[in-house]
Amino acid sequence: MKNKGEIYRISGPVVIISGLNTKMYDVVKVGKEGLMGEVIGIEGDKSTVQVYEETSGVRPGEPVENTGMSLSVELGPGLLESIYDGIQRPLPVLKEKMGDFIKRGVSASGLSREKEWDFVPTVKKGDKLNGGDIIGTVQETQNIEHRILVPPTISGTISTIKKGKFKVDEVICTLEDGKELTMMQKWPVRKPRPVSKKMTPTTPLITGQRILDGLFPVAKGGTAAIPGPFGSGKTVTQQQLAKWSDTEIVVYIGCGERGNEMADVLYEFPEIKDPKTGRPLMERTVLIANTSNMPVAAREASVYTGITIAEYYRDMGYDVSLMADSTSRWAEAMREISSRLEEMPGEEGYPAYLAARLSEFYERAGKVKALSGKEGSITVIGAVSPPGGDFSEPITQNTLRIVKVFWALDAKLAQRRHFPSINWLNSYSLYTKALGPWYDEHVSPDWVKLRNDAMELLQKESELQEIVQLVGSDALPEDQQLTLEVARMIREYFLQQNAYHEVDTFCPMDKQFKLLKSIMSWGDKAQTALEGGAAIEDIMKLKSKDDLAKVKYEKEFDTALGVILNTMEDEFAKLKR
Amino acid sequence: MTKEYKTISKIAGPLIFVEKTEPVGYNELVNINLPDGTTKRGQVLDTSDDIVVVQVFEGTGGLNKECGVRFTGETIKLPVSKDMLGRILSGSGEPLDGGPRIVPEDRLEITGAAINPYARLPPKDFIQTGISTIDGMNTLVRGQKLPIFSGSGLPHNEIALQIARQARVRGSNEPFAVVFAAMGITNEEAQYFMRDFERTGALERAVVFLNLADDPAVERLITPRLALTAAEYLAYEHDMHVLVILTDITNYCEALRQMGAAREEVPGRRGYPGYMYTDLASLYERAGVVKGRKGSVTQFSILSMPGDDITHPIPDLSGYITEGQIVISRELHRKGIYPPVNVLPSLSRLMNSGIGATRTREDHKAVSDQCYAAYAEGKDLRGLVAIVGKDALSERDKKFLEFADMFEDRFVRQGIDENRDIETTLDIGWELLAELPEAQLTRIDNKYIQKYHPAHRAKAEQKE
Repeated sequence: MKNKGEIYRISGPVVIISGLNTKMYDVVKVGKEGLMGEVIGIEGDKSTVQVYEETSGVRPGEPVENTGMSLSVELGPGLLESIYDGIQRPLPVLKEKMGDFIKRGVSASGLSREKEWDFVPTVKKGDKLNGGDIIGTVQETQNIEHRILVPPTISGTISTIKKGKFKVDEVICTLEDGKELTMMQKWPVRKPRPVSKKMTPTTPLITGQRILDGLFPVAKGGTAAIPGPFGSGKTVTQQQLAKWSDTEIVVYIGCGERGNEMADVLYEFPEIKDPKTGRPLMERTVLIANTSNMPVAAREASVYTGITIAEYYRDMGYDVSLMADSTSRWAEAMREISSRLEEMPGEEGYPAYLAARLSEFYERAGKVKALSGKEGSITVIGAVSPPGGDFSEPITQNTLRIVKVFWALDAKLAQRRHFPSINWLNSYSLYTKALGPWYDEHVSPDWVKLRNDAMELLQKESELQEIVQLVGSDALPEDQQLTLEVARMIREYFLQQNAYHEVDTFCPMDKQFKLLKSIMSWGDKAQTALEGGAAIEDIMKLKSKDDLAKVKYEKEFDTALGVILNTMEDEFAKLKR
Repeated sequence: MTKEYKTISKIAGPLIFVEKTEPVGYNELVNINLPDGTTKRGQVLDTSDDIVVVQVFEGTGGLNKECGVRFTGETIKLPVSKDMLGRILSGSGEPLDGGPRIVPEDRLEITGAAINPYARLPPKDFIQTGISTIDGMNTLVRGQKLPIFSGSGLPHNEIALQIARQARVRGSNEPFAVVFAAMGITNEEAQYFMRDFERTGALERAVVFLNLADDPAVERLITPRLALTAAEYLAYEHDMHVLVILTDITNYCEALRQMGAAREEVPGRRGYPGYMYTDLASLYERAGVVKGRKGSVTQFSILSMPGDDITHPIPDLSGYITEGQIVISRELHRKGIYPPVNVLPSLSRLMNSGIGATRTREDHKAVSDQCYAAYAEGKDLRGLVAIVGKDALSERDKKFLEFADMFEDRFVRQGIDENRDIETTLDIGWELLAELPEAQLTRIDNKYIQKYHPAHRAKAEQKE
């Protein structure tokens, strides 16, 4: 088998090589500089390669070498707190090696070979091991225990196992058949890691964002899409989710993102404290940053790199959330490469396999029983950037066929500075039923009904608004004016949330419940008062109504709300007289 | 000396196909010698053992199969020097002002490598443009890329020039430069720009690249890259804060489409190439601030939306890369308001990190949010008034309606040479908000109302 060939043709990121024996998705080193590429087509003795780095100046005839491996990531301690590019090269290492700008031909391994980790075995000599079993632990960051797994393809009986400080590529365990295990394993990114079985998600992902937790929840292990035109707050919402979601591990993929926004994430995440542990958020985060001007093929790979890392932590028994911002940029990378390959285009120039790739990706989410017997989950939240904000385009449509939750961002709301600008009429969640029992047990048996009432009111408001557009609000009967007012209170007091406010940025379930319940009960009381003959003008003027507007910003929420509820009682009692 | 090939097999549009060459590098610069002794330049688009495809920058007019082709063995580089300031250069970097050629201090690749995201500093320094709708409502910060979305016949050039004149970093004497690149603009527009640069003395701190409407379209693809390379050089080697003005991105994209068609590529939306997003990103993303370097590159591009359609692929893809947009409104322009910036669809994504107590003023965000909300409501009410008449409105609604009118008249409208500092802008905002009932100012913290609201301000100042 020949593993040396040469370049035949170069056109941007697509290079055709000849005389090299390759398999699909083999990683090859292209040219004198050894640029990393991946085989994506084979014809005769020629193979088509997508190259992950800039190809300017590369010439036909330069040598090509086949590594014989598929594009893989290194999995082991040291992933957390890392910042990678699309093919798992740590950006800080790249900066050290080539300065402030990304140059090419530099390789950097995903995990540090220098750092030593304290390995504590949980198995002993003579134990039988199967693929995916846990053999020991490493304290990766203060609150995350990294569980060292047997690679899924290996099994056997332990002949020796060590304890103490090791580097990731040092042998810590040998099996009777002579196989050696290290703390690090490699896994090809395009292949899902195996699990024992997939399970149905039944627990909500708590995000602290009222419109998400309250109206359109996603389950742990579920999938959600956030499509929205530019400027509608997609990235802020994604970042809020990354910051506040109650998963143990967060994988954030900036795929074709803006450089400045990525810089913001890189600066902010190490500063933010995890609300539960008080430790920096970065200690449970893996960031993948492939900005829009970095090579397009690496952008295509970044999504797979991210989900493989997520699967690895899931296999340890963790709940992982994965944010991909934006899947449209990923699909465009596919389109760009496809068009360079002169493939027959499907809808809007996207390759015909777009839908298949999207569903393969989202199917890697889910709640599972891992090979080790532990339960873990991956929740995938994908941002979609539909051109012109038009949801009928192929990526949005293909995504909606797969995901269970749809958070429709709305540019109109964003223009009014209603944030998060998620449209409550167009969005949906298919998990509300499945999560019902959890809410009954953990929030309140009233919660589901309360939420449905609120939704109904908002729906009614949108119908009334059509009339108001024609005749003005004063022409409506009083009870409908009241409906409008209560709906406005739900929108402004409950749904609007300020991501930049220190208190309001995260709202626990209990607070959400109390806040919504107070607004709804104000509405009920007002309705009763109205029926009892009180004037609508007087009701509208009540102080308790205005107080409710600002209570979400209070540090001592319960105390403040208590005061308001008392005022409310008094005021309505007075109205009766 | 490199070999000269006389093996052109095909000429199609701006492309030539050369056979039987020794290995030629991708993106390599090419010189083509015409029979009449002139030389044209080109760039390798596709290279293989059998055939090399070259795009010719000055167009293929006058070329035949007898032309000699030389491959230079290097990619396109721009000779750079600090003496470029004050110079006017062509779209391919040759002097147009009759001055000498640039004596290079360095020669830089024009494609420019991507900044490692880890090496970036999040932009947060306020740039004052002196225009209320930008400073107050859609603040520009150093290292940002903020385009103007305009349309044909709208005064985007005036606005760009006003910004080029007035832009400054407050309270600092750090050197500031403007790199101006025109792509496919008419001779008349170019004259206008030049005159204005000279009139205001802005030219001495500017580098100008001009690719005019009758210059070859292919050249348009390198003009912005030359400009950005010059900007990066001034920013990162000479510690200057550089504002890059690119106009008009739409012409650039047309050239991109033309090249795509010539290469018989599979077209994407509306015939634009599928890689237009990546290509535009390779321009826009060259804005930024790098850790440990003093200079910065800020971009202010002008983009005319075909048919005023913000969903057209050019503004659409741009909007996904740039950090916001300033939208020029035909409606306001017709009303005679200058600058006709429609603040509602406009946005600066980096605004929040560039404003506040230490950068502009503590009440900035609150004032801006409240003006946004009130103006949006007032504008909605205009629609209602058209149906039911003004008398049917409640007192509260009437106030908002009036607010919208006043906002356009006093906040949006300003003189072409009127340079408002941020305090003036915010104070105008307060004066207008004071016309609304105080209880309606729900987005402003009470402590700011006490301090800045005209009704309380005198008292607050007395106390101090």
